[in-house]
Amino acid sequence: MMRVELVRRSQHSALFSAVSPLIALAITALIGAIMFAALGKSPVAALHAYFIEPLTEIWSIHELLIKATPLILIAVGLSICFLSNNWNIGAEGQFVMGAIAGSVLPVLYPGLTGPLVLPVMLVMGLAGGAAWATIPAFLKARFGTNEILSSLMLVYVAQLFLDWLVRGPWRNPEGFNFPETRSFHADAILPEMFSASGRAHYGFVFAILAALVVWFVLSRTLKGYEIRVLGESPRAGRFAGFSARRMVFFAFIVSGALAGLAGIVEVSGAIGQLRPTISPGYGFTAIIVAFLGRLNPLGIVAAGLILALSYLGGEAAQISLGVSDKVANVFQGVLLFSVLAADTLIRYRVRIVRPAPARLEPAQ
Amino acid sequence: MSPEIIQAIVLTTATAATPLLIAALGELVVERSGVLNLGVEGMMIIGAVTGFGAAQLFGSPWMGVFAAIVCGALFSLLFAFLTLSLATNQVATGLSLTLLGLGVAGMAGEQFVGLPGIKLQPIAVPGLSELPVIGPLLFAQDPIFYMSILLAIGVWWFIFRTRAGLTLRAVGDNHGSAHALGINVLRMRYLAVMFGGACAGLAGAHLSLVYTPQWVENMTAGRGWIALALVVFASWLPWRVVVGAYLFGAVTIAQFHAQAQGVAIPSQFLSALPYLATIVVLVLISSNRRMTMRNTPASLGKPFVPER
Repeated sequence: MMRVELVRRSQHSALFSAVSPLIALAITALIGAIMFAALGKSPVAALHAYFIEPLTEIWSIHELLIKATPLILIAVGLSICFLSNNWNIGAEGQFVMGAIAGSVLPVLYPGLTGPLVLPVMLVMGLAGGAAWATIPAFLKARFGTNEILSSLMLVYVAQLFLDWLVRGPWRNPEGFNFPETRSFHADAILPEMFSASGRAHYGFVFAILAALVVWFVLSRTLKGYEIRVLGESPRAGRFAGFSARRMVFFAFIVSGALAGLAGIVEVSGAIGQLRPTISPGYGFTAIIVAFLGRLNPLGIVAAGLILALSYLGGEAAQISLGVSDKVANVFQGVLLFSVLAADTLIRYRVRIVRPAPARLEPAQ
Repeated sequence: MSPEIIQAIVLTTATAATPLLIAALGELVVERSGVLNLGVEGMMIIGAVTGFGAAQLFGSPWMGVFAAIVCGALFSLLFAFLTLSLATNQVATGLSLTLLGLGVAGMAGEQFVGLPGIKLQPIAVPGLSELPVIGPLLFAQDPIFYMSILLAIGVWWFIFRTRAGLTLRAVGDNHGSAHALGINVLRMRYLAVMFGGACAGLAGAHLSLVYTPQWVENMTAGRGWIALALVVFASWLPWRVVVGAYLFGAVTIAQFHAQAQGVAIPSQFLSALPYLATIVVLVLISSNRRMTMRNTPASLGKPFVPER
């Protein structure tokens, strides 16, 4: 059998740092083509429907920005978490709690109108997501509880809480018993950027701003240095006087707040009310976005657009080729695998070793 | 409560505990080898969908069980190749295994939605199943229940009573020294990961062939993650995994019975109980540092690249 051998590079390869996401995309496209061929579809037509067709019409570009907005907002926050070695994988729950907290005004006090409603909603969304993320942060900092498991468990709790709200106390009194809240009034809706050509709302601007701010913090400030040092070597960080415990709170609260903002932006900008399900798994897809963007906020903007394309492509391919839109989830999974595999090239030289000639067995 | 209801509760607790137990035992072996595979949920759902599919295709639930075990192990190879041969980050790779598994299963399972399932029938052990009280509880269960008990004993025996088990623990505690002693660290870990995959696959088959014999998208509903939590809860000891799995089975079932009895608590709050219980248990365990540190495999989650 052939074997893979890794030889550590003396320093990270600058070349592969730049091209590894491209290699990953190429591998994913190749696997996708094989998959479509296996399903009996023309790979060329399928990949075209998937990755090109959604970009050919202006309304579709608007939809792309709408889908990219939550992905970028969440992934930018996750980059701080992952760089500092805090594994927040409960962003989906923080997204939901942000959406719920941000919806308090338009759902419970629909009589309150005016230009202040929307800013208050956004702030409450930020606070809701941050508060939910504080739970795993506190448990990790205080008791050493594994944050991966606690943050993930809270996703299910948040989803069930939303389900209860929209079927119970927050259900629209005039809604014929449908499990949804009343529709938000005009002052609670995030405005569209160019309403003449499509639905894209100002949430995308927030996403870009968040990416720029976090990029600046990570690359140009002491805080950014602290995040990296504590992530790579907690011991070295301690000697430098940085507190790993405070970093747990910082990383979780910032990423929770951004996920919460993504939640209220999605509800207020794209949906217009709360429903039992408000996300097709943005909080999990954002993990892929963060890694494809190499945990760099600017890379994350590009990666967010690519992953948003995979959602749209899934819908387009379903209509034009009759393949299930669930193919999108498969693509996303394959993409993350490819990204991680390609990243190995940055740190190691990979050699394929031929089998050694048969050894002589000692005589019995 | 009548005795019949109590017996029903205990019976269903075993059914709810079995998939958690099997998946957690598999992951325990993986983690004892020093590898953290967060892809349990993904391997489990692959087991559930292939188990259901193969049972439909061959008209036999046993073929489903077989297919689920094989596919779970094969699927885990993806994780093994990346984390072991390519030394990728285990946390991120495990997550991607879960995401990919949920995606693939969702796509492959679309054709099964709404189909009537094939149930793996219980097997009554002749004689023993007629014993009062314990007969129906222990000796008239589904075949995967028996497998889970044998597996628990087998894993304990393997880890603590065999030479290979000692090697496994050595690899998990200090891969550098194990390598220096001439142990093939990566081969041991490949085998451990595949065993974990096979167990997760079997656990998935239990869900789609015994627990609720049908296919529902995302039917694992976080059980893979709860199994991961169980391994921490059990501080890497097999007998504690058994205790933990049955505790969680009881919480899940108590919640169902409470809903059926019309308890005046919203069903969503009851459904959230197993997840909240997981967090509470993790907090209790982690705040007892001494106990967790003693059994935690020291190399857990660290990649190993042999120097050549």
